[in-house]
Amino acid sequence: MAATPPRATRRPGPLQLLRGYVIRHVQTMTGALGRLWQQPLANLMTVAVIGIALALPTGLHLLVENGRAMSGNWSSTVDVSVYLRKDTLPERVVAISEELADWPEVASVRTVPAEQALVEFAELSGFGEAIEALENNPLPDTLVITPGEGYTDAESLVALADALRLVDGADIVQVDTDWVRRFNAILDLIRRTVGLSAFLLALGVVLIVGNTIRLDIENRRSEIEVTKLVGGSDAFVRRPFLYSGFWYGFGGGLLALALTFISLLMLRGPAARLAGHYGSGYTLSGLGWSGTATLLAVSALLGWAGSWIATTRHLRQIEP
Amino acid sequence: MIRFQNIYKRYPNGREALCDLSLHITPGEMVFLTGHSGAGKSTLLKLIALIERPTRGQMIVRGQNVTRIGRRRVPHYRRQIGIVFQDHKLLFDRSIYDNIALPLVIAGLPEREIGKRVRAALDQVGLLGREKRSPIELSSGEQQRIGIARAVVSKPPILIADEPTGNLDPELSLEIMNLFKRFNAVGVTVIIASHDLGLIERLGNRVIRLSGGRLAAATGPDGRDAA
Ligand SMILES: Nc1ncnc2c1ncn2[C@@H]1O[C@H](COP(=O)(O)OP(=O)(O)OP(=O)(O)O)[C@@H](O)[C@H]1O
Ligand SMILES: [Mg+2]
Repeated sequence: MAATPPRATRRPGPLQLLRGYVIRHVQTMTGALGRLWQQPLANLMTVAVIGIALALPTGLHLLVENGRAMSGNWSSTVDVSVYLRKDTLPERVVAISEELADWPEVASVRTVPAEQALVEFAELSGFGEAIEALENNPLPDTLVITPGEGYTDAESLVALADALRLVDGADIVQVDTDWVRRFNAILDLIRRTVGLSAFLLALGVVLIVGNTIRLDIENRRSEIEVTKLVGGSDAFVRRPFLYSGFWYGFGGGLLALALTFISLLMLRGPAARLAGHYGSGYTLSGLGWSGTATLLAVSALLGWAGSWIATTRHLRQIEP
Repeated sequence: MIRFQNIYKRYPNGREALCDLSLHITPGEMVFLTGHSGAGKSTLLKLIALIERPTRGQMIVRGQNVTRIGRRRVPHYRRQIGIVFQDHKLLFDRSIYDNIALPLVIAGLPEREIGKRVRAALDQVGLLGREKRSPIELSSGEQQRIGIARAVVSKPPILIADEPTGNLDPELSLEIMNLFKRFNAVGVTVIIASHDLGLIERLGNRVIRLSGGRLAAATGPDGRDAA
């Protein structure tokens, strides 16, 4: 057993340095995960709290998105009726109809001449004889307009109606958007609530992770001290804690994903039935790929942030 | 190698642990630090490791004035100093291997190199083959040797030890001291704080005696024995 003399270590090249850097990060990352596994129960509790906190705004967000899509779906069955002034000449009716058909927000225009309208009314209302007794037709020529795709939400419908009112010859423009408007107002309210609660719950997640990491730092005090004594830099000491925070957040994100998925499965049937009542084949949609990726990224980031705050505040206090 | 110039160290509680201390330890030297309890031995070693900072005076280590180097540069500085603690400071929730590997992991060495070096260090302290165990299964003397293996595994040019034989029997103490001598023989500068005057005398290295934070006497042959 012979002691070896101290010698200067060979300086590695930049590529080797980068490789070593990446390897070390991956090792710290998996190491942090491995350490979390050693106390599965306590850490799963933390992850569960984070998951539930994140599932709430995610679920509400889905609710709003689906509501919006549904309302768009329903209002596509809404037509806009333009009653023309009685003095409009037949040529002018044709001209207006052709002009409107060129509007981008208009899918089709159906002209209902006054006579036809009267006949339809007579049939539908059962007032046939009374109407026959009329000297002249009280009904105007009517243009029934089907809004184009993408213009079926309440806002667009209202805008379309406003534009139609300005058309020369238009008398009364009728569109039944009141309920769509109310529905959208409620959705908007919920959306704001989602935003606010998402912010508060995100803050909660940061605090939960921060507190967990703070306790972890307390528990590993001697390890931190020894590491610093043998030359570990602040960044080196900090890295495993940052990755722990990352995993807490990521795990919470996965759980939130699972929770929203299960809720969606449970709600899909009732929602389809509800849509059926409105004559729509709408089915609930989930987060989708980008939504899933966003949720996981945001949750991991929140965990990282919580850990960042905790390590910034507490690691410096531990000096050998 | 290590030069103290008029070093003062006053602790926050007002206690003056070192007082106008000047000394020079040459490269490759092995010196002992003795003195009564409270004389300032541990304080001196802590200054070298920058665990504490001097209140006044200059400290030059390996040609670098480290008296006021920034906090961020301390870790890098410490990597050239192997530290052996009286209470070992081993991590019981890790294997012996992981304990010894820590300085190399910090230095960012590749896994294969770490394995080789850890086994070499274990071999040097005579505990090869116990890598997988926990240090808690070892006797105090064996734990001390693990602590030494960790201190030397990164081949630092300076090795400091605070009462490394503090609570070991004479035979084990001698064994540990001989271990230090072997490192010194290959060029490592070794500084050991110790109470064990009898043992120190037998080893025949320079002895720096502190008293009340001042230099009391520097005795003994300056050189090394026949090593
Ligand atoms: N952290 C501290 N805070 C305040 N005073 C301290 C601190 N560490 C040491 N001292 C004081 O400084 C003086 C020198 O202490 P030091 O530990 O260097 O002595 P020592 O020579 O190592 O003693 P021993 O042989 O008992 O280990 C002592 O009087 C001690 O009370
Ligand atoms: Mg002491």
